Amino acid sequence: MTTLPDTMSMIESDIHPAVEGVEIPDFLSESDLPSREGDRIIQFREALREAMAEEMRRDERVFLLGEEVAQYNGAYKVSQGMLDEFGPERIIDTPISENGFAGMAIGAAMCGLRPIVEFMSWSFSLVAADPILNNAPKMLYMSGGQFGCPIVFRGNDGAGGQLGSTHSWCVEGLFSNVPGLKMAIPSNPYDAKGLLATAIRDPDPVFFLESERMLGDKAHVPEEHYFIPFGRARLAREGDAVTLVSFGRPVNFCLDAAEVLANDGIECDVLDMRTIRPLDIDSIVDSIKKTNKIVVVDQCWPFGSVASEVIAQICEHGFDWLDAPPVRVNTIDVPTPYAKDLEYAYLPNPERIATAVRELVGATV
Amino acid sequence: MTQAPAQKHSSTDSTMTSEPSTELKLKWLRDMQLIREFENRTAQAYQQAKIGGFCHVYTGQEACAVGTIGSINDDDPVVTAYRDHGHALARGMTPEACMAEMYGKITGCAKGKGGSMHMFDRPNWLFGGHGIVGAQTPLGAGLAFAAKYEHDVMKKRVDGSEAKKKVTLCYLGDGAIDQGAFHEALNYVSVHNIPVIYIIENNGYSMGTAINRHTANSGNLISRGESYGIDSLEIDGLDIVELYKGFKPYVESCRENSRPGFVDLKTYRYQGHSMSDPQKYRTKDEVDEYKAKDSIARLASQLMESGDLSEDDWKSMQKAIRDEVMSAMQAAEDAPTPELSELITDVYANPEKNLSPQTTYTHGARNPLL
Ligand SMILES: Cc1ncc(C[n+]2csc(CCOP(=O)(O)OP(=O)(O)O)c2C)c(N)n1
Ligand SMILES: [Mg+2]
Repeated sequence: MTTLPDTMSMIESDIHPAVEGVEIPDFLSESDLPSREGDRIIQFREALREAMAEEMRRDERVFLLGEEVAQYNGAYKVSQGMLDEFGPERIIDTPISENGFAGMAIGAAMCGLRPIVEFMSWSFSLVAADPILNNAPKMLYMSGGQFGCPIVFRGNDGAGGQLGSTHSWCVEGLFSNVPGLKMAIPSNPYDAKGLLATAIRDPDPVFFLESERMLGDKAHVPEEHYFIPFGRARLAREGDAVTLVSFGRPVNFCLDAAEVLANDGIECDVLDMRTIRPLDIDSIVDSIKKTNKIVVVDQCWPFGSVASEVIAQICEHGFDWLDAPPVRVNTIDVPTPYAKDLEYAYLPNPERIATAVRELVGATV
Repeated sequence: MTQAPAQKHSSTDSTMTSEPSTELKLKWLRDMQLIREFENRTAQAYQQAKIGGFCHVYTGQEACAVGTIGSINDDDPVVTAYRDHGHALARGMTPEACMAEMYGKITGCAKGKGGSMHMFDRPNWLFGGHGIVGAQTPLGAGLAFAAKYEHDVMKKRVDGSEAKKKVTLCYLGDGAIDQGAFHEALNYVSVHNIPVIYIIENNGYSMGTAINRHTANSGNLISRGESYGIDSLEIDGLDIVELYKGFKPYVESCRENSRPGFVDLKTYRYQGHSMSDPQKYRTKDEVDEYKAKDSIARLASQLMESGDLSEDDWKSMQKAIRDEVMSAMQAAEDAPTPELSELITDVYANPEKNLSPQTTYTHGARNPLL
């Protein structure tokens, strides 16, 4: 092994010094976080807005840019009212130039600003594939540790609104392949707020995947600011027959399926991963120690999907606990169709999940 | 290899096409009214949730598709963006096939797989409806490239038939001119003398963003085409007769000289950007101002003034169109939805084994347009 020249030293800090002024919040244990129960019922979109607005109030480096985010108040009204509060220099309408504005934001992040880039849909981020995949996640590495890229890309991901194949992308399988980025995919308003706040504080590029289908979902969301750490799954429902693992919107499909299965006496653990990079594999293994069976539900295509990765990790870390081969339920392996019934059949819907679980436990309908 | 000089064609100083025939004008009136009626019904059907997804109607812009498509040959390629019902109808797609597509029926032009934003009609040389803003602009270059290649290199079409000198029309909105892909396409087609005409259907808004807020030098879009060495035109897209007189010779010049084109076609959309747009970014007065210059009403009154159309003729034309659209709606309503087995068809031209860990692909129903 070669030794370092005298003039060089090892980095001792937890956070890489290339990114300055990082304030990682003190994360609380799940039970110490503000309660999920309560009567402050707001929409998913409002929860996202609260996280952004609070971070913008306390940190001038944070700004939001994207198509229609300012004067139109957001194509999906996530940023409603933010122009009024923060003005046009911090809430910025862009032309339809994803490649251009995503790259520009990355340049700003290299200089230490904290951009939040809204893609009206992650489907449109494909136009910006080069900057978001080839620049942001690699900047720290490529520069030999000189430039970081503290940035958040966020927007709608996934099918369900009959938008057809160009507008229904699930980018998690594709993009999570890239080292250097983090990926959060909330399934409910409470987590959306806590995870987005964490994403904005994080010194690395965070890909934050929302769902147009969930923006109107309502739940109690605490008024106070709170942070949900990355890499910590949540047990959304407890059971002992089968472990259901998912993230984002299909967590709700799993909960629906689990409800139906419970009527037949099949109780499922439902694990909401919340982030898939980092992936809380320990919680998955803990669960299969109890259930010995696992179904992974993922709204990307099966080939090279997040589900494939989760199952590979389960085989690496929990193989001995399994009584049956792990099962994945993905979207059907075709481009997204427009017609309503076809689209429903295409999704990892509750019926398909329930069927997979029944087959796994050998139960009949 | 030396590069072909960016030769300019001479549309602007060539003699303007003479007054179109009455027959032609009556056809345009009918075609424009068909789109108007069709889109009004589309909006209704959307509100009744018979149509899903994103849906962008063409109301107000009818003269653009009808006048420009009316200036080309039936076998010249056409490609457009997601606001595509008007182009599909102007190109000759039946209202049934267009409406059934939006209803998600197997009789739709894409068997219910594409929806409102993805209208394709192979027999009528319509290469889509494209949902990603700007995506169609390099494709348009490719359609024109292929025709030029067939004509210049192969001396026949890929199917063995006669190769003709073709012009491709590629439509885009004013918002789409901000996409990098468009600039790459413009540069390419100029350097390589590819006969594609980019028609910017400039309705002044990119969703809720007025043109001066989204693009630089917004009052002079043609300078952008000119900066790539492309002879460019600005045309009033609300007056179909003037549109035709300016555009028709331009098309022929692009065809003859194998040169690209760039047209700033000024128009206006009456409805919101999509079916879910509260339109707070513009005033009702502004919309009314444009409605007063309506292209359909203008042509109808011109034809009446010249004595070529009576009030009764116009009424019965409108009624015939209304009946035609209503029967298309009924046909769409009555048509079957795709079998679930259609989910896994049309994915591969050669569906081999083990392409998917999960699915065995098949061929499904033949497209109803073929
Ligand atoms: C790459 C991409 N970004 C964003 C969108 C969302 N979007 C659809 S249409 C549109 C506005 C386009 O305006 P314009 O090009 O002027 O066409 P118009 O709707 O006026 O016909 C936007 C932002 C998209 N479809 N694709
Ligand atoms: Mg426009």
